Amino acid sequence: MAYEKKVNELNLKDTELCLGLPGRTEEIKEEQEVSCVKSNNKRQFEETRDEEESTPPTKTQIVGWPPVRSYRKNNSVSYVKVSMDGAPYLRKIDLKTYKNYPELLKALENMFKFTVGEYSEREGYKGSGFVPTYEDKDGDWMLVGDVPWDMFSSSCKRLRIMKGSDAPTLDASL
Amino acid sequence: MNYFPDEVVEHVFDFVTSHKDRNAISLVCKSWYKIERYSRQKVFIGNCYATNPERLLRRFPCLKSLTLKGKPHFADFNLVPHEWGGFVQPWIEALARSRVGLEELRLKRMVVTDESLELLSRSFVNFKSLVLVSCEGFTTDGLASIAANCRHLRDLDLQENEIDDHRGQWLSCFPDTCTTLVTLNFACLEGETNLVALERLVARSPNLKSLKLNRAVPLDALARLMSCAPQMVDLGVGSYENDPDSESYLKLQAAIKKCTSLRSLSGFLEAAPHCLSAFHPICHNLTSLNLSYAAEIHGSHLIKLIQHCKKLQRLWILDSIGDKGLEVVASTCKELQELRVFPSDLVGGGNTAVTEEGLVAISAGCPKLHSILYFCQQMTNAALVTVAKNCPNFIRFRLCILEPNKPDHVTSQPLDEGFGAIVKACKNLRRLSLSGLLTDQVFLYIGMYANQLEMLSIAFAGDTDKGMLYVLNGCKKMKKLEIRDSPFGDTALLADVSKYETMRSLWMSSCEVTLSGCKRLAEKAPWLNVEIINETDNNRMEENGHEGRQKVDKLYLYRTVVGTRMDAPPFVWIL
Repeated sequence: MAYEKKVNELNLKDTELCLGLPGRTEEIKEEQEVSCVKSNNKRQFEETRDEEESTPPTKTQIVGWPPVRSYRKNNSVSYVKVSMDGAPYLRKIDLKTYKNYPELLKALENMFKFTVGEYSEREGYKGSGFVPTYEDKDGDWMLVGDVPWDMFSSSCKRLRIMKGSDAPTLDASL
Repeated sequence: MNYFPDEVVEHVFDFVTSHKDRNAISLVCKSWYKIERYSRQKVFIGNCYATNPERLLRRFPCLKSLTLKGKPHFADFNLVPHEWGGFVQPWIEALARSRVGLEELRLKRMVVTDESLELLSRSFVNFKSLVLVSCEGFTTDGLASIAANCRHLRDLDLQENEIDDHRGQWLSCFPDTCTTLVTLNFACLEGETNLVALERLVARSPNLKSLKLNRAVPLDALARLMSCAPQMVDLGVGSYENDPDSESYLKLQAAIKKCTSLRSLSGFLEAAPHCLSAFHPICHNLTSLNLSYAAEIHGSHLIKLIQHCKKLQRLWILDSIGDKGLEVVASTCKELQELRVFPSDLVGGGNTAVTEEGLVAISAGCPKLHSILYFCQQMTNAALVTVAKNCPNFIRFRLCILEPNKPDHVTSQPLDEGFGAIVKACKNLRRLSLSGLLTDQVFLYIGMYANQLEMLSIAFAGDTDKGMLYVLNGCKKMKKLEIRDSPFGDTALLADVSKYETMRSLWMSSCEVTLSGCKRLAEKAPWLNVEIINETDNNRMEENGHEGRQKVDKLYLYRTVVGTRMDAPPFVWIL
């Protein structure tokens, strides 16, 4: 898939750049390899993975399972908790009321009075210091916006808006 | 009986109403066949492609009521592409041309267009009853034609359909002279509702017994509607707003108290749980309660409501009720016959879901239970054995463990023994859905004991073709067999081709059947339609060098007396 190839390229480019402080390059390379292995379920590097290592599809990815009529699925309510770093209490929203990322982000911005910045596949959210993330079905924390909306809305368990200096950029975490 | 004149025999037949019985009568002898066909008013066609309108009309010229089913059951779960088929238009056209006195039409999983509805509304002067379940393809414009043109409309019942809501004024299309409505169910409409037109309609319908509202009908409108229809028996509450003003709420309470005939309650699509107590005064009369769309009703509000419902026979609920909630049901609802517990958290990982404990509690507390649909996180063989002992009267037993292939969570064994106990104890079992980790052994039990079984749903189960063979050989009354993601292949498929003549249909998807196996089956059984549904290009299957050994993704076969259907889309290949 196109975005996987892009991600491959991204990683190669990152190893060429010196991202952190001088002397950190060895550390960064190691961290990168570790994070590649950890996240191999998510950004799926088809060329490098063996068949045996591939994990079976999670249950949200099986078509027609659980066997619930689409009418019922479409009319079910799926509230997820939303936390914002620094906010005194959490909120809850029904993901089903939004049809796409722009609608969701706008609602979040209104709810917590912030703006989210520009999204790019390469660098995530830039410009505002706020980064929307979510916990998926497997318990991993992901960046909001990477996967198609339907996949996101059926696997998102909770949302967390990371703020300012607490929010590592994609570059720094590698 | 041959000594009686035909009219007398016909009069006797009038007392025979079930389809099965009438079908049996018609096979006794030629004269009974003839008498029966002229007197038959209600016809049920379980697969619209098993026959065609011309044959239907030739045999039953006095037809008044028709039930048609289109797409296979797994279409409910998005396993069948939208354009597969099941069009009602040719049926309505033929019925209209023949000028048969159609009064009732019930359709399930069919494609219905506005054109069809308009033609229906104009062609049958005495048309009274339209029931559409899980259908699609039409808009509120079609409903407007029905409202405007059917002078004697009694029932308009729309259950879980995908309707394009044009936010038009279909409700105001009912003429002022229309006062015959008994059933009005538009809960599945998404758009706004003309409340004034609705209230006027309800006010002039003294026979209205069943009213199911959509989301757009707020609480104050509900209060007014209930005030002018105290004869209501079956009510679907739409939106039960969050903060009703005290005046509306008082009016509602007063209106509810007057509805002493109310027996069935549903809806609560958006609900303020603390307002539920307005319904407590009539709960002791309720026999049916459907809260399966009421995600906001749980916890103590739900429990309090249920504790008032001592006469409940049918309960549809979300799994947020929890095992503890089911224990309350078990101790309160001693008349319970049918229970459905739906999953509330489709994302997974929910800890409010129900387990085997809730199921056991229900089986112990509700001796009259005969139908269950239960979505749960986990199950054990021991629990199923206990359930079988407590409830040997199951007619329908559908268990869905949310994680495929999940074993007994205590022993890590497959659930063969548990389901085996169910089929052994429940001698009247007609419908069964399996889940969890299952080997061929469970199918051995099913083949051995499930003598009355008519419908079986299998997913992610079994080890070899033997599994499917046990079922095909053992279950003499099997009508509908649907299988997905199980390792059954050509050997099982081809073992006894004549078996399929006794069945309505067989569905197999993501199994091990191959193209050549399907071709051989089609050759051996020309009275079957063998459909290969392949959403990728069909031609590639032929051209590919491995021709024949390729696995078929989706196979749907059914007996038919009218051969290959002409309306199949390009991705359906009929062998």
